[in-house]
Amino acid sequence: MTLFIIKDTKAGIYPWYNHPLYEKLRQKNEDRIPMSNPARINKNRLLGVLAVVLGLIFWEVIAAVIIRYPFILPSPTDVFSAFVDLLKNGTLFLDFEASLVHFGIGLGAALLIGIPIGIAMGWSRRFDAFLDPIIEILRPIPPLAWIPFAIIWFGLTIYSAGFVIFIGSVFPVIINTYSGFRSVPRIFVEAGKMLGCTKNRALIRYIAFPAALPSVAAGIRIATGIAWMCLVAAELFGVSNYGLGKNLWQYYNLHRMDCVVVYMLILGLIGLLVDMMFRYYIDRHFLKWRTGEVV
Amino acid sequence: MGDLVVSNLNQTFHREDGSALMAIDNLNMNVRDKEFVCVLGPSGCGKTTLLRMIAGLDTATGGEILLDGERITGPNAKIGIVFQEYSLFPWRSVIDNVAFGLEMRSIPRQERNRIAEQYLDLVGLTQFKTSYPSELSGGMRQRVAVARALAIEPAILLMDEPFGAVDAQTRNLLQHELLNIWEKTKKTILFVTHSVDEAVFLADRIVVLTPRPGRICEIIPIDQSRPRDRTSVEFAKVRRYVLAMINQPKWTIQ
Repeated sequence: MTLFIIKDTKAGIYPWYNHPLYEKLRQKNEDRIPMSNPARINKNRLLGVLAVVLGLIFWEVIAAVIIRYPFILPSPTDVFSAFVDLLKNGTLFLDFEASLVHFGIGLGAALLIGIPIGIAMGWSRRFDAFLDPIIEILRPIPPLAWIPFAIIWFGLTIYSAGFVIFIGSVFPVIINTYSGFRSVPRIFVEAGKMLGCTKNRALIRYIAFPAALPSVAAGIRIATGIAWMCLVAAELFGVSNYGLGKNLWQYYNLHRMDCVVVYMLILGLIGLLVDMMFRYYIDRHFLKWRTGEVV
Repeated sequence: MGDLVVSNLNQTFHREDGSALMAIDNLNMNVRDKEFVCVLGPSGCGKTTLLRMIAGLDTATGGEILLDGERITGPNAKIGIVFQEYSLFPWRSVIDNVAFGLEMRSIPRQERNRIAEQYLDLVGLTQFKTSYPSELSGGMRQRVAVARALAIEPAILLMDEPFGAVDAQTRNLLQHELLNIWEKTKKTILFVTHSVDEAVFLADRIVVLTPRPGRICEIIPIDQSRPRDRTSVEFAKVRRYVLAMINQPKWTIQ
C-alpha cells in the first residue's frame, strides 16, 4: 500500500514516470542500488542465510560422505553433538571466564597505558619526537615473539597471557589516539581558548579528547579485534588450566577435532559479539553527535 | 565598557626561506564603547591577522592593543569572538555549546543553563537547545556561535567574516538580527568583512585597509539611521564611494 502511494506521488511529479520505456530504465537503476529498497534488504539477508545453510550442507556432504574421517574434517553433526557433550561435561563456561580475564587484563592495560601515551604524543610535539622512534622500533615485533619474555617476566600466570595480548593491542590504541589528537581542528582549540579554556589540561579534557574520541574509539575497536586474535596463542603455553585457547589446544592433543571446531566457532562468535557491541552500543551512545555526518 | 585602542601595530611573518612578509604596517585605529566598526579590505590585506591579534590568538611584532586601558597579551575573558568557519563543538548540544564559557568559569549547571537559554532566546533558537550542531543549517550554527560568544558577557565582540559561508538571503537576515542584538545588548562590535554592502549596512564607521601590507586607507563614518535601506540613494552613494576605493587599479593587480 505504501509502495503504491509513493509510486503515485512520483508519477504526479514526473509525468513520464509510468511510461513503459522509462519504467525499464527505472527498474534497471533500482537494480543498481540494492540498499534503497527495504524489501530488497530483507531478500539479501535471506540470501545470506541461504548461503550459510548451503555451506553447512556442503560441509556435511564432504565430511560424512566423501572424507568419512572426523579427524581430518568433523562434520557439522559431529560438531553439534560435541557441543552438546561439552555443554554437559565440558568446561566451556570456565574456559570462557578464564579467557575473559586474560583478555580483560591485556586490553585493560593497553587502554590504561596506550591512551595516555597517545594523548601525550598527539598533544606535544616534543613528546612525539621523544617517543616516536621507540614505538616505531617496537611496533613491528609480532606480539607472539614476546612470549618467551612474557614467561620469564610474569611466569606461567594469567599476567603473562595478558602481557602478550597487551603487546598486540597497545599499538593501535596509541596510534589512533595520537592521530585523533593530531587532527583536532585548530579552530576548536582557539574557540575554547577564547571562552576561557586556556590551560593544557582543560584543553585536552574539554576540547581535544572529545574531538578525538571517534578516532580513539576506532583504535579501541581495532585493538579489541587484535587482542582476541592474540588470545589463543597467549593461552597455548599453559598459563592456566582453563581458557578457550588453552582447551582448543588440549582437545587437539586428544585428537578430538570436533571439539576443536566447537572452540573455534565459539571464539569467532565472541569476537563478533564484541565487535557488534562496539558498533551498536559505543557508537550510538558516545558518538551520537556524529549522526548525520558521513562517518 | 569596551574601548579598544590599537596603536602602531606591526605584524611581520617569517617565511621558511628566511624572507619576511609584512602583513600589518604601523596600523592605528580605535573602537569606541558601544560602537559598531567594520574592517573592510581586499582579501589578503591582513584583516583576519588584525582580528586575531586583538583576540590575543597571535602576538604582534610591534605596537600595542589596549582594551579599556589594559594591554592584550593573550586570550582574554573580556573578548568574545565569532569565527568565519563553523567553530561550534560538534560533540556538545546547542545549549552546552552556549554554556561552555560559563562552565569554564565554574558556574553551576543550573545557573549556566539559565543564562545560556537567555542568549539562545536572543538569537531565536531556544527550540533547538538539545540539537547537535550537525543538525543545524549554516545560518543557525553562526547564530549559536554568536550566542556562545555573548554568553560570557565580553566587553567587545569580534566577528571574522561570520556570514561569509551562508547564502545571500540568510546573510541579509543575519545582518538584521545582529543589529537587533547589538541594540539590545549594547556591545562594542568589531566586524571584519570583504563585502562592501555588508559593511555599509552594519557599521557606524568603516575602516578600509590597503592591500598587503595592511595600512589604514581611510576611515569612513556612516551617519545614516538604522534600519538602512540597501536600495536608497544615500546607501548607494556610500557604496559607490567605497567600491571605487577598493577597486583602484593598483589594488586589484595584486
